Amino acid sequence: MTTNNVFKIEDFNLWYGSTQALYQVGMEIPRNEITAVIGPSGCGKSTLLKTLNRMIETVPSVRTSGTIEYNNQDIFSKKQLVEELRTHVGMVFQKPNPFPKSIYENVVYGPKIHGIKKKKILDDIVEKSLRGAAIWDEVKDRLSQNAYGLSGGQQQRICIARCLAVEPDVILMDEPTSALDPISTLKIEELIKELKKDYTIIIVTHNMQQAARISDKTAFMLNGELVEFSDTNTLFSNPSDKRTEDYISGRFG
Amino acid sequence: MVNKRDNISYSVQDMIKKNKKNKGLHNLVEKLVPIFLFLCAGVSVITTIGILFTLLRESISFFREISFADFYLGTHWSPWTDHFGVAPLIAGTLLITCIAICVALPLGLAAAIYLSEYASENARKVIKPILEILAGIPTVVYGFFALTFVSPMLQYIFTDMRIFNALSAGIVVGIMIIPMIASLSEDAMNAVPNTLRDGALGLGATRFEVATKVVLPAAFSGIVASVVLATSRAIGETMIVTIAAGATPNLTFNPTESIQTLTAFIVQGAKGDTSYLSTIYKSIYAVGITLFIFTLLMNILSQYIARRFKEDY
Ligand SMILES: Nc1ncnc2c1ncn2[C@@H]1O[C@H](COP(=O)(O)OP(=O)(O)OP(=O)(O)O)[C@@H](O)[C@H]1O
Ligand SMILES: [Mg+2]
Repeated sequence: MTTNNVFKIEDFNLWYGSTQALYQVGMEIPRNEITAVIGPSGCGKSTLLKTLNRMIETVPSVRTSGTIEYNNQDIFSKKQLVEELRTHVGMVFQKPNPFPKSIYENVVYGPKIHGIKKKKILDDIVEKSLRGAAIWDEVKDRLSQNAYGLSGGQQQRICIARCLAVEPDVILMDEPTSALDPISTLKIEELIKELKKDYTIIIVTHNMQQAARISDKTAFMLNGELVEFSDTNTLFSNPSDKRTEDYISGRFG
Repeated sequence: MVNKRDNISYSVQDMIKKNKKNKGLHNLVEKLVPIFLFLCAGVSVITTIGILFTLLRESISFFREISFADFYLGTHWSPWTDHFGVAPLIAGTLLITCIAICVALPLGLAAAIYLSEYASENARKVIKPILEILAGIPTVVYGFFALTFVSPMLQYIFTDMRIFNALSAGIVVGIMIIPMIASLSEDAMNAVPNTLRDGALGLGATRFEVATKVVLPAAFSGIVASVVLATSRAIGETMIVTIAAGATPNLTFNPTESIQTLTAFIVQGAKGDTSYLSTIYKSIYAVGITLFIFTLLMNILSQYIARRFKEDY
């Protein structure tokens, strides 16, 4: 059975030790669309995002309740291997975090740990992923150089390429442009819109214009609660909740 | 600007101005501190030069009596019968060092990986101090441990092995340097930023893949540094080999045999019954400088390896 939803989140609560960070979150995230998550600092956006590929489990004190289904499979079930989930649900982080290796090695890292060894195939993956991340032309002549020699915006696109290289289904992005200048930001926004054809993208952003520019759906969170989740146009032009209206009109947060 | 609060009025700028009057002494101290610190640093440099000078002077007078070729190419070491071929002592040192590294590298690295990548905060709190205790045990205790515990145990396996042998001394030197490798490597691995780990985990890497394919390479130069330091310790280790490895210069790479290392000979030669002007006495310095060359080579090698494989993050 295929539905149009990649993720189905129901009654989801999350605690860091004894402090609760998410309250009864419920939402369905549509396939092949861009979903933006906005809200004031500390409201739980990153927490929610990191839960979707279970990266949150790197924090030992985390406890959860409720269900999250990825393609109708409970992501917390015993059957679900966390490594497998993460190959389907990739992640791009706030600060570009390439490995201190060559550009080539960065991109093939994922395929390599999953056992792909043929040089010809790896070469092909590198080109395809770097093209997909709109950075092939800038780096094709220096694939063996250390990725740390690139600019922040280029590094972030290398990280996107690294993520694309394992051909994920969903890409989670946590403020991917907050460490970048406006031009790099624009490039990455263009790229995200391009990627929408093949991937489902969930993006956390502080920048409401960015959310309005690129996303199809927007979720507004406040103090660990999902306040409103609807079409981006609707949410920004005709919010149904008073708190959403206050936030997008800049009255708090 | 004058501040008023709870009946106290003050101006920070005024106070700063007032305090400036005492600056004279301040400035003097500021000028003297770097000179004082330079002198302190100078002491260690001067000591090194002094040691090197003594080593060289006595060695040169040794090499007036015994030719360079006889010393470094000769294969028979028996100073009391005038045989000064240093090869057996070098072989002994290399043998001990190899055994020690074979023991300490895997165990030390495994401990470091466990501590930095797997251990919970509580486990780390218990294990780290234990490692440090291990590092603080006097080497003479290790020596007796080798002689009275490890050797007899090994004799169950190698039944015709003598009680004094390279194997047990080497293993125990290895145990002695484990904490050094473990603790310094762990520091290097801890310094690898978590964002890199997250990057790999986010691609579906297991914790072990993160440890071996991200953390180890990123921490490589620190790990090499720890291994080199530990190797230098093994090369220079004296007490354990003097007690447990025997005193028989022996050009062999068979670990079950009794051997003598460069350092153990220096102990034997310096024990007092060698006269100040004798060739044997001078040979101590020649052996010493050979030892010095070894550690120097180790350092150069490590710099090369660290630079060659460096991953800056
Ligand atoms: N590792 C952690 N341990 C304990 N509490 C945490 C941890 N990470 C986040 N929190 C808490 O959980 C709440 C939500 O944090 P989260 O990082 O999800 O916010 P955010 O919406 O992403 O904020 P920002 O926009 O500043 O990134 C905050 O109150 C934060 O203090
Ligand atoms: Mg965040």
